[in-house]
Order: sequence, then structure tokens, then C-alpha cells
Amino acid sequence: MTDMQTLYLLIPLAPLAGALIAGLLGRVIGTTWSHRATIALMMACVAASITVFMDVLEGNVYNGSVYTWAVSGGMHFEVGFLIDRLSAMMMVVVSGVSLMVHVYTIGYMHGDPGYQRFFSYISLFTFSMLMLVMSNNFLQLFFGWEAVGLVSYLLIGFWYTRPTAVYANLKAFLVNRVGDFGFLLGIGLVLLHAGTLDYAEVFTQAPRLATETIDIIPGAPWALLSVTCILLFVGAMGKSAQFPLHVWLPDSMEGPTPISALIHAATMVTAGIFMVARMSPLFELSETALSFILVIGGITTLFMALVAIVQNDIKRVVAYSTLSQLGYMTVALGASAYSAGVFHLMTHAFFKAVLFLGAGSVIIAMHHEQDMRKMGGLKRYMPVTYWTMFIAALASAGVPGFAGFFSKDAIIEALHFAAIPGAGFAYFCAVTTVFVTAFYTFRLVFMTFHGEPRMDHHTQEHLHESPWVVTLPLVVLAIPSIAAGWLIGPMLFGGYFGEAIRILPEHEAIASMAAEFHGVAGMMAHALSTLPFWLSMAGIFAAWYLYRVNTELPGRISRAAGPLYTLLDRKYFIDEFYSWLFAGGARALGGGLWKIGDVKLIDGLIVNGAARSVARVAALVRRLQSGFIYHYAFTMIVGVFVLMSLWLYGS
Amino acid sequence: MLFGLPLLSLVIWLPILAGIGVLATGGDRNAQVARWCALAGSIAGLLVAIPLYTRFDPLSSAMQFEERSAWIEYFNIHYHLGVDGIAMPLILLNCFTTPLVVIAGWQVITQRVSQYMGAFLIMSGIVNGVFSSLDAILFYVFWEASLIPMFLIIGVWGGPNRVYAAIKFFLYTLLGSLLMLVAFIYLYQMSGGSFSIQDYHHLPLPLTPQILIFVAFLLAFAVKVPMWPVHTWLPDAHVEAPTGGSVVLAAILLKMGGYGFLRFSLPIVPDASHQLATLMIALSLVAVVYIGLVALVQADMKKLIAYSSVAHMGFVTLGFFLFNALGLEGAIVQMISHGFISGAMFLCVGVLYDRLHSRQIADYGGVANRMPVFAAFFMLFGMANSGLPGTSGFVGEFIIIMAAIQVDFWYGFLAATSLITGAAYTLWMYKRVVFGEVASPAVEALDDVNGREIAILAILAAAVLGMGLCPAPFTEVMHATVDELLAHVARSKL
Repeated sequence: MTDMQTLYLLIPLAPLAGALIAGLLGRVIGTTWSHRATIALMMACVAASITVFMDVLEGNVYNGSVYTWAVSGGMHFEVGFLIDRLSAMMMVVVSGVSLMVHVYTIGYMHGDPGYQRFFSYISLFTFSMLMLVMSNNFLQLFFGWEAVGLVSYLLIGFWYTRPTAVYANLKAFLVNRVGDFGFLLGIGLVLLHAGTLDYAEVFTQAPRLATETIDIIPGAPWALLSVTCILLFVGAMGKSAQFPLHVWLPDSMEGPTPISALIHAATMVTAGIFMVARMSPLFELSETALSFILVIGGITTLFMALVAIVQNDIKRVVAYSTLSQLGYMTVALGASAYSAGVFHLMTHAFFKAVLFLGAGSVIIAMHHEQDMRKMGGLKRYMPVTYWTMFIAALASAGVPGFAGFFSKDAIIEALHFAAIPGAGFAYFCAVTTVFVTAFYTFRLVFMTFHGEPRMDHHTQEHLHESPWVVTLPLVVLAIPSIAAGWLIGPMLFGGYFGEAIRILPEHEAIASMAAEFHGVAGMMAHALSTLPFWLSMAGIFAAWYLYRVNTELPGRISRAAGPLYTLLDRKYFIDEFYSWLFAGGARALGGGLWKIGDVKLIDGLIVNGAARSVARVAALVRRLQSGFIYHYAFTMIVGVFVLMSLWLYGS
Repeated sequence: MLFGLPLLSLVIWLPILAGIGVLATGGDRNAQVARWCALAGSIAGLLVAIPLYTRFDPLSSAMQFEERSAWIEYFNIHYHLGVDGIAMPLILLNCFTTPLVVIAGWQVITQRVSQYMGAFLIMSGIVNGVFSSLDAILFYVFWEASLIPMFLIIGVWGGPNRVYAAIKFFLYTLLGSLLMLVAFIYLYQMSGGSFSIQDYHHLPLPLTPQILIFVAFLLAFAVKVPMWPVHTWLPDAHVEAPTGGSVVLAAILLKMGGYGFLRFSLPIVPDASHQLATLMIALSLVAVVYIGLVALVQADMKKLIAYSSVAHMGFVTLGFFLFNALGLEGAIVQMISHGFISGAMFLCVGVLYDRLHSRQIADYGGVANRMPVFAAFFMLFGMANSGLPGTSGFVGEFIIIMAAIQVDFWYGFLAATSLITGAAYTLWMYKRVVFGEVASPAVEALDDVNGREIAILAILAAAVLGMGLCPAPFTEVMHATVDELLAHVARSKL
């Protein structure tokens, strides 16, 4: 094993060791040593990730097996790593954000009885997520995929005595399982037609697979890759919370805030985006799948952003914002601008982590009050939180110079260039959402930090900035919320991803954009003359007007909008519909099958019925054995008579 | 041979003799002696089984560790034993489970201790006999004999409705297996007077008798597995059985049905098996989908797990009748994994039942507050039951779903619904039992698992995780046998 290979192993195993130490020995070593141990191991993980990243930048790619998981039916199932520019970037983002969240947790979870358990879970999550991004095959991808789902389940339900939390975690797990159901079938088709689950081997066969068809419905041949890619994307829809499988993500806010930042904003939910980017050699060959992705992503982008406008819970606003931003990443994938999607994934990971962690800092100060209507004026009490969140809000709204601007603008441009059916719809959604995003983000900022304090007197007296373990991660993450965007030149147009992402020549939106790209400053200058910039300014202005100047107006608008407001407030009634159709339907069906099928038919009619018939026959037969000699004698005489007559008659 | 003794005879008769020894300790005055003797006997049984794995030649598809001597010469019946890559793992699973069951009953069983412990040891030996017999009559004797200890375990140490459950269990399975005996006698005639199972494998048969024989075997094995619609004895038997009984029933006895398909149905009547494969697949998929939904609405934890067993065993029969190596190996892996997981799930319910004397989900709530260590174990096994990757529950289901898609996309589609239903019924139960505020004073009074319980659960957790993270050692031993079996089944006997 080379030194690099040792490092590859160290990267996931360090957080795993941390998880085991905090999880199994947490009670013995106490709270302080639990966080020291996990954070020390996370630091090793981050250092190793950065070293690997540097190594990859020099052009080194590693693809190799760690061990053979199983051999069956002549198929080899391996656990192995593929370290290229895509996975190396993800490793840095995942381990970096995770380390910051570990530090932040010291402050946020201070005094919680489950302190060590929490550290164990977030380290375990980091391990799972790293296994997911480092995988070189579909099986291990699925491993990581489900493992992050498990940890997400455990963390949403971390405060397990809260009914809402344990409802939300069950819902999250099951909705994700619906996605995984499609994902697994997609993997099955890959295995069937490519005969292997190894990425590299599958991708070399992609051109051949593109010519094959599959008869899912007999007599109607469909393109194999379209079916496969859509099934795989269904998995991404679950994990990355795309409409209509988005319902779990807002509820997941029941979990502690650090994990909302780590899992439900920065890393896990982007697994679907990462997966599609990783599979670009397959998705590129199916325009149907790309169109499907564009439409799903477009719907998610716009309609989830609209819901964010009417939310009053600070975390829910950020959660719906996350859904919408994931939609942006998804439409980028659909437009074949995988690198733009992954780039937005990275910038979003930073600014959204700041928004969440900042919201968490506010929640600590407010004694776990999350309703923005009871906040206001927090700016003077919490300057660090305010300024970092302000930066993140600018990034989120897409103001030139901040990270989100570059990545979002690249996506909108790519949609503009894309010629795939559905791109027009997605372009419309993406552009409209720029306004909506700016509006809800600054609505949050103004309602929380500006204006008159609306909290009760007691809370106001105790307001103060959070401790350094909370503010330090905010500051550290705020820096890339600005600066990460400046990497757009090398990352998007400089061929950073190299062979990791493959794009067909006819889908080269990014290449056309590269021709027009003249540096970061040029991009910013150019933006001033485009629609998205003015929409974003308009959004910020509208938020300022409605929540700073004319604060009576929002209430009047919502009353005037009536049913429309209700529709948004109730999130299009999707939750109610699902709970009626799926949860209720499954229970009714299960109950019906059990009561009628098992109890009445099988047991009642056949099993116990057979027993009853035996009893009935036996009751009849028993009468023959009456015990009276004259009965038996009479029967014998009848018998003799019948036999005799038969004998006489027969002869 | 171990110390000059034949290995297979040792794994059969050592536990049986130990069981008789335990019985001989007599009344409950000597209960502690009975417990220690039973533990020693069961561990000895496990130790003598280990060479079966270490000395097994994974490259050979032939029967290994063969023993053969005349038994009833007049009918040409032999005491003929041997194992291949299918039987050997099942024997190990059985020997692995017995000590756990003995420990599980350690403090809980206080009445007729020696008889309880003795019954489990004797059953362990009998089941090893089932998995290693190569003579049809010997097999039949072990097969039927295994009913008796379980009948007693349910009928004597069971719950309030134990008599109904015990009789239902006994009659259901007995009736199922009678036609199997008829089939053996027919085969004896056709083969010119042989009861050797391996002779039957090579016996040419026309299609009609093949189908009749298949149906006769099917009744016996389908009841045992159990397949839909002859599964209704299982929930009742589980609900009434003591914890140890449920563990052995789910982990071991159900596997006898699966084993029967592989040893008898497929190789003896391959053409009928192919002819009826679609029916068998349909029944298996009904088990996965229908039973998955039925499990969702159960209010009794044991019933819920019993139904989940039926659904998981549906994967096993599905894997058999796909006729590809992936499916068959997946099915065997699934049998072993189900042994670990269902055993663990029943033990977990047993832990709760021992404390609160209720199996009703509604009587619990907030258990995690009082029993955090237990909650962690239960979570692990619940996740394994939902087929989470990294646990053994994933391995078999994943391989079988992959195999099903190779045959027909929709088979895979229906089988994969268990990803959703399995998680739904398991985790919904978990939520209602373990999460939430402490639901009642009774829950408030619960104590966490003790050292004895931790030991059992930890051993099973290691097995579940070990097999999930690295199933290769389990699949390696079966390749040769499975390939040979598939090649054999592919040859028509007509």
C-alpha cells in the first residue's frame, strides 16, 4: 500500500473511529473527551482530504478495490475507492463543513443529556458520506446512500421524546426508501445489462448500452438508458428532496440545528446531485432522462421557493430555501451543466451552512424560540451572527461578488444555452426564483435582525452573542461564502473536472459559456445588464419595503390573497394528501388483507373449516358406535342380507 | 473425524445425548445444574460443528463428511449422512443458535427447567439430522421428530392460548409432510428399491409423476417455510411460544422448508420445478407484498415479527425459483441472515415481555428513556430487519432483487417494494415502542438489559454486522454446490 492509499483509508476511518469512541465509550470518557476525540479525528480527516485534493490537482487519479464484499453468480461485488477531481472536491467540502459543525456542536448541544451520542452520530454520518463520495462502484454508493439515510433518521429523531421529531424521522426514512426503491431497480438494470457494478467498467460500456432497449411493458420497447437513468434519478429525488419526494426535508428541521446545517443542507441532500454528476457518462446518453430532470428540478426550484415566502419559523424558511437551491442544482444537471451543478453544490454548502448555523445561534439566544414574529432587532445583540448571516444572505440572493451569484448565474446561463426539451420551462423557473429567493432571504434577515424587538422582556434581557465555538464556525464558513465563487474560472471553464464528468459535444453549454467568460470581474460587470441581477435587487428591495418600511402591508396582502396564501401556507396540501393516500391507504389495505385474507378466508374457511368438517364427520360417524348390542346386531343382519342378495343377484 | 468419531454423527447425537443428560437432572430442585449442563452441552455442540466449516472443501460440490451404514436392511434403508455447501451453513446456524437460546431462558424459565433445556438440546440434534440425512426415510424420521420438542415447548411453556397454537402447529405441519412420505414410497418403487436421495437425483421421471411429486413436496415444504397461503400457523405459534421457542422456530425450523426445496424438489423433479416456477414466484411475491402490508397493521409485536418472517422467507423461495446462481446464493444467504435477525428480533421482544408481560405495542412507548442500551440493540436489529446495507439483512435481499431483475423487471419491482414496507412496519413499531415520552408507570419501572441479555444481543449484533460487511466467507462455501445444483436442474429428466 502506498502512502496515498493509506490516506484514502484514513479519511473515512478516522470519523468512524470517532463515532465508535464517542458512541461506545462516551459514558466512560465523559463529554469533554468525547468531543476532543471526535474533533481531533475530524481534523486528521480534513488534513488528509486536503492532502489528497492537492495530490489530485497534480493529475493523479486512483481507482482501486479495498476488499471483495462478495462473489455471487460470477459477479464480483467490491468495496473500493475512486479518487478523482469530483470526489476529491466533495471530500474537502464534506470533511470541512463537518469539522466546523463538530466545533459548533460543542456550543449548541452544551448540557444536552445525549451530548456524546450526538458526536457519535455526526462522526458516523461523516464516515458514511465519505464512503458514498469515495466509492468506485454502485454497491458501495448504495451502502453510503442508505447509511447517510440511517444517520439522518437517528439525528432527526435525536430528541426522541418529542412526538413531532419521531414522526419526522420515520417520514424521512420512508420517503427516502421510496427513492431508494427506484435507485435499487436502476442499479439492478445496470448490473443486468453491463454485468458489473464498477463505475469505470460500466461507463466504458455506455455507448453500447445506449443502443439497447428494454420491454418493461411488453410490446413497448424503451431506451434502456432512459429507464435506468430515470430510476437512478428517482433515488436522487428522494435523497436530494426533489418534488414530489421533497416532503421529508422541511419536517427534518425537528432535528438539532447543527445537523440541519451538516446533513440537511450542506452534504447529505446533495448526494443525489453528486450521484447524477458522477453518472454523467450515462445520463448524457439519454435526453429523455435529462428532460425529466429539468422538469422535476424546475418545479422544485420555483414552487418550494414560493413556500419559503410565507413561513414564519426561521429554520423552515431556510429549509424551503434549501429545497429550492437543490432544484437549481438539479436543473443544472438536466442542462448537462454538471460542473455548474456541482459548483453550486459547493458554494451552497458554505452559505447555507452559515444560514443554518446562524439560525441556530439565534435560536440559542432566543431560548429555543424559532418563530421570527417574536424576534426582531437582534442585530445589536449578536453582531457576529448578524454579519455572517448577512454575507450568506447576499450569497443566497445571488448578489454579484458573493459565491452564490457565480454558481447560480452559471446555471441560468447554461439553461439559456441548453436545447433539451424542458430547458425553457426550467429557465423560466430558475429566473423567476431569483426574485423569490432574494425576497424570502432578506425577509428573514429583516424580520430577525432589524426593526423593533418583539420578544418578551425576559428573553430580551438575556440576549447576547453566542460563545466562540458557535461564532468561529460562522466566520470560517462565511469566508468561502464569498470567496468560493471566485473559483468559477478554473472550476467551470478551466476543465477542473477533467475526465470525471463527461459531456456530449452537442450538450456543450458550458463550453459556449467559457468562450464568453472573461474573468470574475468581467462576469460581475456583465451581470449588471442582465435580468437575474435586477430581479435579485428587486427581491431585496421588496423585502426591505414590506418588512422595514410598510410593515402593515404583508398582512393585508396575505388576507387579500386568501386561498393562494392558504395554499402556500399549507405547502400545497401535499402532506395531507400523502398521509391520506399512502399512510392511510397502506394501513387500510393491510388491515383488509389481514382481516379478510388471513383471518376469514385462510384460517376461518380453510384451516379451522377443515377442522370443523372433520369434527362434523366424526360426530356423524360416532353415532354408529352407540354401544348397544342390538344396534350392532341389526347392522350385521342388514349387511348379511345385502351381501346375500348381491351374491344371489350376481350369479 | 474428530478424535476418531464421525463428525456428522457427533453434531447430531452429542446434543441429543446432552439433552437426555439434562433431562436426567430431574426436578426444579436441580434447576441450576440443568442450566449449566445445557449450556455446556450446547457449547460442545457448537464446538464439534466448527470443523465442518474449517475442514470443508469449498471447491467440491460432492457430499462431504459422508457416513453410511445399513439401518433397516430389509427396506434398503441406510443411516447415510453427508453435507454440501447448502447444508453445512445451516447446521452451523443451528449449532450457533442453541447456546443463545439456552442463555435466553436462563432466568426466565423457572418451571420444569430440565425439560425445557433438554427439549432444546434434543431438537438441536434432530435438526442437524434433518440437514445431513442422505436417506429419505432417515430424513423423514428426523423431520417429523423435530415437531415433538417444539410442540412441547409451545404447549407447556407457552402463553394463554398455547394449546390451540401447539395443535395448529402440529397438525398443519404433520399434514403437510404426510404426502412427502407417499412421494418417498413412490420414488422407492420407481428406483427399484432405494431410499437414497442421491439416487433420486438421477432417476428419470415422466412429467405427470414429476408434477405430482412436486406438489407432494410442496405441501410439506411450503407449510414449513411458510409460504403464502399456508402461513397462518406461524403467527399463532410465535405468539404463544416462549421466547426461546420463537427464536428456534424462526431461525431454524423455517429453514428446513427452504432446505427441502433445494435437496428434494429442485433436483428430483427439475422439469416440474421449471413448469411450476411461475406459480412459485407468484406465491413468493404475494408473500413479500401482501404479508408486508399485513405486518403493518399488527398490534402484537410477536405477530408483527412473525409476519415479517413470512415476508422475508418469501425472498428465499423467490430466489430458488429464479434458476440463476445469483438467486440461489442470495436465497441461502437470506436464510442464514434471517436466522440471525429474526432470532434477535424475537429475543428483543422477549426482553420486553419478560419485564412487562405484554407483547402489545400499545402497552409500551418511551422505552428508550429507561432502556437506552436495549434501544440501541433493538435499533440495529430493526434496521437489519428493514434490510439496511451493512447488516446481513441487506445481503440476501439485494442479491435476490438483482437476480429477479435478470429474469423479469417486474419480479424485481415487486420484490423491491419490501424496501418500503419492511422499513415501514419495523420502524413504525420501533417508534411506538421505543420513542416518545414514558408512556406508563410500568414503562417507568423498566430496567435496562442485564449482562446476560447484553451478551446474547452482542453476539447476534456481531453476526449481523459481520455478515453484512463481509459476506464473502458465507458465499464462498456454497459456489460449487450451487453451480452443480443449477447444472443438474437444467438437465431434463424426461
